[in-house]
Amino acid sequence: MKLSELVKLANLKVKCGNEHLGREITGGYCGDLLSDVMANSKNGNIWITMQVHLNIVAVSVLKEHSAIILVNSRQPNEDTLKKAVEENIPILVSDLPAFELAGKIGSFGIGKN
Amino acid sequence: MLKKFMADLHIHSCLSPCGELSMTPQKIINEAKKKQLDFIAVSDHNSAENISAILNVAEKNSLTVIPAMEICSIEEVHTLALFRDLDSVLEMQSIVYNNLKGKNNPDVFGLQVIGNENDEVEGFVDKLLIGATELSVDEIVNQVHTLDGLAIASHIDRESYSVISQLGFIPQNLEYDALEISSNISVEEARNRFAEYSVRPFIRNSDAHKLEDIAKCTTQFFIEEPSFDEVKKAFKNIGGRSIGIN
Repeated sequence: MKLSELVKLANLKVKCGNEHLGREITGGYCGDLLSDVMANSKNGNIWITMQVHLNIVAVSVLKEHSAIILVNSRQPNEDTLKKAVEENIPILVSDLPAFELAGKIGSFGIGKN
Repeated sequence: MLKKFMADLHIHSCLSPCGELSMTPQKIINEAKKKQLDFIAVSDHNSAENISAILNVAEKNSLTVIPAMEICSIEEVHTLALFRDLDSVLEMQSIVYNNLKGKNNPDVFGLQVIGNENDEVEGFVDKLLIGATELSVDEIVNQVHTLDGLAIASHIDRESYSVISQLGFIPQNLEYDALEISSNISVEEARNRFAEYSVRPFIRNSDAHKLEDIAKCTTQFFIEEPSFDEVKKAFKNIGGRSIGIN
């Protein structure tokens, strides 16, 4: 599934990275400990998190995530958003908590190989 | 003239919900003297309500205590903050309190006891001190510096509540004055694992929550006298001052 389809289906707000929504999603990873996300998430994943610190962009670039999804309507810090634009990482926001969002996205077939 | 002084700069009192009730002002000072520490810092979670009593006891016992707090950011990163005087730490406390939600449940998290210099119970703090503030770690470090304090990244080797566990790595723009390693890791292992951060000084403290753990880990300061200003100079190696851990 492409990011653009997911944005519609899961009712996500696009904070930045509109031009990159053609990316394919390979699966997803949930985590708020960036050390864990660096160790265990995979290339092409959408990353579902509560964290809004600037470092999330660096982690996403390193792991080549397709996008970051912030849950519970969390808003990225200003410097985080600026960095995400520079680094071509889309930041999407959901008003759902992580559990509900991950369940919903799973029901679309993402993560089932 | 520079001399060697032994310090443990991360000790929790009975005010911290996880600190044992025996961690009273007088008992902490007695234990520090017994362990031949030259100075200590008492740093409770998100609060400094016991600092005044501890400073009074310390003065009577000729031990230097640096006022401190361990502050939890919105990312759940712990920062050990040292201050020059009581007023500064209390000013930090009021900023932290304004950004700390929730009430403590003593049955779940433990009592948060305010003690006096005679080791009597003066009262209890009902704020949720174990919680995270709504301040980002960047805001905390900046605020500590605004109050002319020292900001130290707590136990960077730990898998919870450390800047590395929470944020993956230490952001370059975060101006920590020093990095703390815990008793869980050897100094050699820490120097290897955190070589990329060795531009900042490493210190080692006990993070004691009970009396017997005080001085379990220490830092040696080669400074003129045990004081906040000398520690600050040692972090910058001013005038040949230095730090040792083992």
